[in-house]
Amino acid sequence: MAARRIRRTRKGDYQLRLSDEERALLKALPGELRDILDGQDPALERLFPPAYTSDPVQDAEYQMLMHGELRERHDEALSVMEQTVENERLDGEQLHAWSRALNELRLVLGTRLDVTEDMEEVDPEDPRAPAFALYGYLTWLQGEVVEALASGL
Amino acid sequence: MATSPPDLAPVGVEEPVDQDVSESDRPWLVIVWNDPINLMSYVTFVFQKLFGYSREKATKLMLDVHHKGRAIVSSGTRERAELDVFRLHEHGLWATMEQGT
Repeated sequence: MAARRIRRTRKGDYQLRLSDEERALLKALPGELRDILDGQDPALERLFPPAYTSDPVQDAEYQMLMHGELRERHDEALSVMEQTVENERLDGEQLHAWSRALNELRLVLGTRLDVTEDMEEVDPEDPRAPAFALYGYLTWLQGEVVEALASGL
Repeated sequence: MATSPPDLAPVGVEEPVDQDVSESDRPWLVIVWNDPINLMSYVTFVFQKLFGYSREKATKLMLDVHHKGRAIVSSGTRERAELDVFRLHEHGLWATMEQGT
């Protein structure tokens, strides 16, 4: 078993052990998501779900009030990850923002790839193979982040 | 899954005022739906973090979502439910709200 890449320290913050390549990737991805955040990309549907499913009028009112704020909150999590990606240590609030940012990226990528609960191995010749590999990496990393956060609850 | 409480409205009361009162008194339920992307560990963490649930309770709710397709994770006034839905959306969970019957 490889050593944990994100570890809660005795002081109560979190130590990040990520390679330069990983950090460069995590620094670039938030900007790509931000570029589509205000558009109509169908891959965004999971970031902005309906609140009222049985009443379209109530939901329209809710969205009118809350959509902008939800967008801000999504953007904020991406910014925290972007701005702290070079750090060796994160505090609990920053790592919590990372968990949300990684999840946003996974929700958009996973929606595009139409992932299911029991995914088969993807053929390396498949043109979508690199995107699936990225999704797999983000999933693994989010698992590490959540495990570290859960150890601090 | 929690079952709905029986309808305790008195029989024969038809004044619109009373209906309005009973309508607004019915609690709003916050429901989280299963999806193939959110990690089980993340969903459990979010339930603990947002609602202060024990790991045991959060895990049970997560498994209900996973196996039954949905679970009621909180209930209360409409304002409270809207806030909970917003916080769940902020965490990328697929949450909706509806009024209990």
